[in-house]
Amino acid sequence: MHERDVPQAANASLAGHQKAVYAVAEDGRLRLTASSGWDVEEIVLRQALEDLERRAAEARARAQSGAASPLEYHMYRARMDVALLAQVTGLWRWRVRRHFRAGVFARLPLRIRRRYAEALGISLEALSRTD
Amino acid sequence: MATAFVHAHAAHCESGVMSALLRHHGLPMSEAMAFGLASALAFAYLPCIRLNGLPLIAYRMPPRAIVKGLQRKLGLGMRFETFRSEDAGMARLDALLDEGRVVGLQTSVFWLPYFPPDLRFHFNAHNLLVYGREGDDYLVSDPVAEIATRCPRADLQRARFARGALAPKGLLYYPTAAPPPPDWARLGRAALSRTAHIMLHPPLPLIGVRGIRFLARSVERLPLDGGGEAARLYIGHIVRMQEEIGTGGGGFRFIYAAFLQELAAKTGYAALDMLAGRLVEIGDRWREFALAAARMIRGRDPLAPPALATRLRLLADDEKRFFRDLLAAQRAWA
Repeated sequence: MHERDVPQAANASLAGHQKAVYAVAEDGRLRLTASSGWDVEEIVLRQALEDLERRAAEARARAQSGAASPLEYHMYRARMDVALLAQVTGLWRWRVRRHFRAGVFARLPLRIRRRYAEALGISLEALSRTD
Repeated sequence: MATAFVHAHAAHCESGVMSALLRHHGLPMSEAMAFGLASALAFAYLPCIRLNGLPLIAYRMPPRAIVKGLQRKLGLGMRFETFRSEDAGMARLDALLDEGRVVGLQTSVFWLPYFPPDLRFHFNAHNLLVYGREGDDYLVSDPVAEIATRCPRADLQRARFARGALAPKGLLYYPTAAPPPPDWARLGRAALSRTAHIMLHPPLPLIGVRGIRFLARSVERLPLDGGGEAARLYIGHIVRMQEEIGTGGGGFRFIYAAFLQELAAKTGYAALDMLAGRLVEIGDRWREFALAAARMIRGRDPLAPPALATRLRLLADDEKRFFRDLLAAQRAWA
C-alpha cells in the first residue's frame, strides 16, 4: 500500500479518531501514516453491530411479550454471548440459558441478580427492565 | 527515569507499548523493530475457540508474545504482576506510578471510556501504558490513539479486572533495568528463523501457511441456505479479525515488512529489502481479499465463498514461497 492509497474514509465508527497504518512512501520506505478509516472496515463492523442489535431487538420483543426474561436482551446489549456471560458471572452456561426464562428469572435470588447486574455493568433495577 | 514520557501513535497495541516503554528507558526501538524481533507475525485459525459462535482467526502470535519475546531476547528484567484482589492491583499501580515508573497494563477494550463506542468489544488482551495520575484520573498512553489521554480510576479498574477469555487479572509490567544495547544482527537472524519456522513448520496444522488453507476449506464449505446470512457473517468475521482487532492481516504484514527494511538498514544485509517489497505485495493481496469479501457482504458482488477460498489459497501459496525465501536468506546471512 502506497501512502497516497491510504484510505481516508472518515469512518463513523472511529468517532473522529485516526488509526496508524504502515504504507510505502515515495522513497520506497514503509512509514507510519494516519488513516481516518477504510470502507471495508466500516462495512464489516456495521455488519457485526447490526447482528447484535437485531438479536437484542428480538430478545427485547420476547421479554416484552412475557415469553422470556430481560436477561438475554441485556446480554446482547452488552455485546456478550452466553459463553462470555457465563464466564464473567461464574455460572454454568445451562444456568444462564435457564435464566432467560421469564418464570425462572422472576424467582432468582438477589445475589444472582446482583452478579448479572455487575457483569453487565448496569443497575439492579435496569436488569429487570427492557427500556 | 525522571525523563518526561513521550506518547507515540502505533499500529498495534502490544508492539506500540513495548517500543514506547523501551524508548522511555533509553533504548531506541521502533514499533516495527519490536514487532519483528519478538517474532510476532503468524497466522492461526482456531475453530475450537469461538467468539460469538465464530472461530478465532489471528494474523499474529498470541497476546503477550511481544512483551515476553522482547523480555527474553533483550534481557529486560521485566517484572510481571497479577492480582487476586482488585484493590491490591490498583494500590500497586499507584505505588509504581508514585515511584515515577511508566507501567504497562493489560486491559479489556470494552470498559475503556475513551475508546470509540462502536469499537468497544470484549477483547481482553489490549495493552496500554500509564505514566502518571492526577486526582482521580490516570494519565494513559494508549498506542492506538493519536494522543495521550486520561482514564478515570473506576473505569481503569474495571478494564484491568475484566473476566472472560484472556482475562488480564490486573496484569501490569515494567522493566527493572535499563536494557543493554542489543546486537541487532544476531537478534534479527534468530527472529527471522523463528517466524519462518512458525509459518512453515508449525506444531499444529491450524497455524501458519497450512492454517490459511484450513480457513480456505471452511470458507469453501459455507452453507448458502437461508439467503446466505450465516455465510456473510462468517466472511465478515474473517475480515473484522483481519482489519479491526489490532490492525489485521494486511496491517501485520506491513509492520513486518517495515521491520525487514529497518533490519536491512541497520545491518547492511540488503537481501531483506527485496523481501520487504514482496511482503508489501502480500499485504496488498490480503487487503484485496478483504475488499472482495466486503463487496459480497454488501451485495455489490454475488455471494461466492469458493471465490474467496481461491483467494485464500493463492495467499497461502504466496506466503509459503515468501517464508521459504526468507528462511533461505536467513541461512545465507553470513
